[in-house]
Amino acid sequence: MEIMPFLIPIALIIAAFFIGGFIWMTKKGQYDDLETPRHRMLLEEDIKVTHTKEGEL
Amino acid sequence: MNSAVTHRGGKLERFSYDDKIVRLFIIATVIWGVVAMLLGVTIAFQLADWHVNFGLKWLTFGRLRPLHTNAAIFAFCGNAIFAGIYYSHQRLLKARLFNDMLSKIHFWGWQLIIVLAAVTLPFGITTGKEYAELEWPIDILITVIWVVFAVNFFGTIIRRRERHIYVAIWFYIATIITVAVLHIINSLEIPVSMTKSYSIYAGVQDALVQWWYGHNAVAFFLTTPFLGLMYYFVPKAANRPVYSYRLSIIHFWSLVFIYIWAGPHHLLYTTLPEWVQTLGMVFSIALWMPSWGGMINGLLTLRGVWDKVRTDPVLKFMALALTFYGMSTFEGPLLSIKSVSAIAHFTDWIPGHVHAGTIGWNYLLIAAILYYMVPRLWNSKIYSLRLANIQFWTATIGLVLYIVSMWIAGITQSLMWRAMDASGKLVYPNFIETVIKIVPMYWVRAIGGTLVLTSLIIMVYNLYKTAKTGSISSEPVLEAYALDDSSLEHGASAHRKLEGWPMIFSVLSLLAILVGSAIEIVPAVLSKSFIVKMDVVKPYTPLELIGRDIYIREGCYLCHSQTVRPMAHEVLRYGKASEAAEFVYDHPFQWGSKRTGPDLARVGQKYPNMWHYRHMYDPREVTAGSIMPNYKWLFTDKADYQSIMKKMNVMKTLGVPYTQEEIAGSFAAAKAQAEIIKDDLVAAGVPAAILDKEIIPLIAYLQRIGVDYGKSEAQQ
Repeated sequence: MEIMPFLIPIALIIAAFFIGGFIWMTKKGQYDDLETPRHRMLLEEDIKVTHTKEGEL
Repeated sequence: MNSAVTHRGGKLERFSYDDKIVRLFIIATVIWGVVAMLLGVTIAFQLADWHVNFGLKWLTFGRLRPLHTNAAIFAFCGNAIFAGIYYSHQRLLKARLFNDMLSKIHFWGWQLIIVLAAVTLPFGITTGKEYAELEWPIDILITVIWVVFAVNFFGTIIRRRERHIYVAIWFYIATIITVAVLHIINSLEIPVSMTKSYSIYAGVQDALVQWWYGHNAVAFFLTTPFLGLMYYFVPKAANRPVYSYRLSIIHFWSLVFIYIWAGPHHLLYTTLPEWVQTLGMVFSIALWMPSWGGMINGLLTLRGVWDKVRTDPVLKFMALALTFYGMSTFEGPLLSIKSVSAIAHFTDWIPGHVHAGTIGWNYLLIAAILYYMVPRLWNSKIYSLRLANIQFWTATIGLVLYIVSMWIAGITQSLMWRAMDASGKLVYPNFIETVIKIVPMYWVRAIGGTLVLTSLIIMVYNLYKTAKTGSISSEPVLEAYALDDSSLEHGASAHRKLEGWPMIFSVLSLLAILVGSAIEIVPAVLSKSFIVKMDVVKPYTPLELIGRDIYIREGCYLCHSQTVRPMAHEVLRYGKASEAAEFVYDHPFQWGSKRTGPDLARVGQKYPNMWHYRHMYDPREVTAGSIMPNYKWLFTDKADYQSIMKKMNVMKTLGVPYTQEEIAGSFAAAKAQAEIIKDDLVAAGVPAAILDKEIIPLIAYLQRIGVDYGKSEAQQ
């Protein structure tokens, strides 16, 4: 168990970094809008232009 | 893909999706699906009646079982994941896959890996580590193809036309990064030849790394990618937004953070340090929360369309898949509780649990997304709703038969193992009594598996007809605006912004994994308490090492454990409880995870050589009713003595204290020890020609297992 005083700080530091990252991302605004992404993913078919032969692209 | 109009700083661009690669992965999915389940049904019948191997060594349970698991996980589920990810990734990001050539390399490379698995595992070319049996050249190929997949995937993110990264993609990102880390760390091995290597870890350390990998293979190959697919295909099929996007975010972060810690629940009551066991147990129980959060989010997305669930096969399979996901993620934490594990571990309850997940969750969700994608990709309608319905019920009944029979078998056998009378004696001292009792359940399981296979074949036919009646049109042209700069703050470059988020997600996912890895694996490698040696425990002799490789080759560990748990009934049945120091020379460890036959940790010197000779030739000669196959080729095939020096050298590199003299004289030493065993057998009436056959080193190894500590007076 001599490894414990070494491991616990490591785990805490990494965990703190992880939580900090999550908070940081929230502040960056990735989670500001939790409504439209779930609707927008349903709308992809709107962007279809036409069927053409591959060569015409 | 040229531009047309400029808009809000971003250009309106024309593009198309690469659906050809999705079709290829779909075709591969159904083909390998049939192969994987056919193998599963074959080995299920072998457990009910060993004759089903037709007397061929390539078809014995120990060799086919790794092929079944590898085919089911990496071929069937793997190809389905790639098909679903490539289909949804392009559509969620409004971008064609990064590079068509990389997609092709990914596809054909992955099929090559599967074919290589199919031509090596039946020949006994295996590392002997569960779910990671493929030998080192294939391991390297897997790494290369996985990197190709990652580049193709992240390249597409960089070129996306949709700023927000939908939650499904986060699950894909976690999958790609974690699988890479797991695969590389667990596969570290030193080659002896092109077809043989030894794990760099030994004993307890190897066990911890292996199950850290093994459990996370379940987590990050069979769970996170499928959850990502769920978050795309369930809303699309229901044409309703996901119930709660907020919940999906919490689901994602908590799942990836917690899952990585759960591995040690496979090693409860072993010689793994107790605090690591407790850690694994606590986090496994905590997994209830995110798992059920995800299940509820999926099921509640179906609110308002339950009438469609009755008729639409896509929704129907999804609803059932989510239900089984809920069931198996309830059962998993339950089994991780130490006192439950004490009963369930090593029994058939575990394969029952595994198949509730792989058939109930993975196969049924694959069925759902195939019924979604195939009509769209082949411009057709599902050929027969009736066939889809028949498939649904066949699969359900088959799976229920499977799960229930394994519950009964597992609990029955476990209670028989531990039954003791008032005087403290085992009620069933002969292991075989507990086997014969549950053989009827093996028949039920095999029938259940056959139904599941039948349901798959029905789906393959239905999908084939669906595709046949449709046609592949040219790729539709799509239009979307490139990401503009308008929302960027403080003049950050668009390029940087584009690349930023995926990188951050990747790094954070990696960190989440590393927290778990660091706390569980670092001590295994560093801590002295893991590698305490006992003076009485010596390295294997050269002949025993040759025999051990035969043991690994035949997959003995798939039915026999090598670790005695510190429980009264186990000590009574097998002998002294195992100690960590006994395994320090075991590259790889062979503790196993299932006792279809008895534990072998104390089998050394328990029986005479002649007993093993007769037992391997025909187990029923010494144990009436045994379900173990015959191993008659061990009596005709010559053992490989030539490579022993090389093997000893690799072992020495790994830290096994062989001296130079021992290595130099290993060939002669092996031959000399073989003579002794041969003389003993000849005295019992065996022809002397047995000397150079494989049975001799195997007996040498079996007679050595657990002897050093087991027969000594030493106490740890």
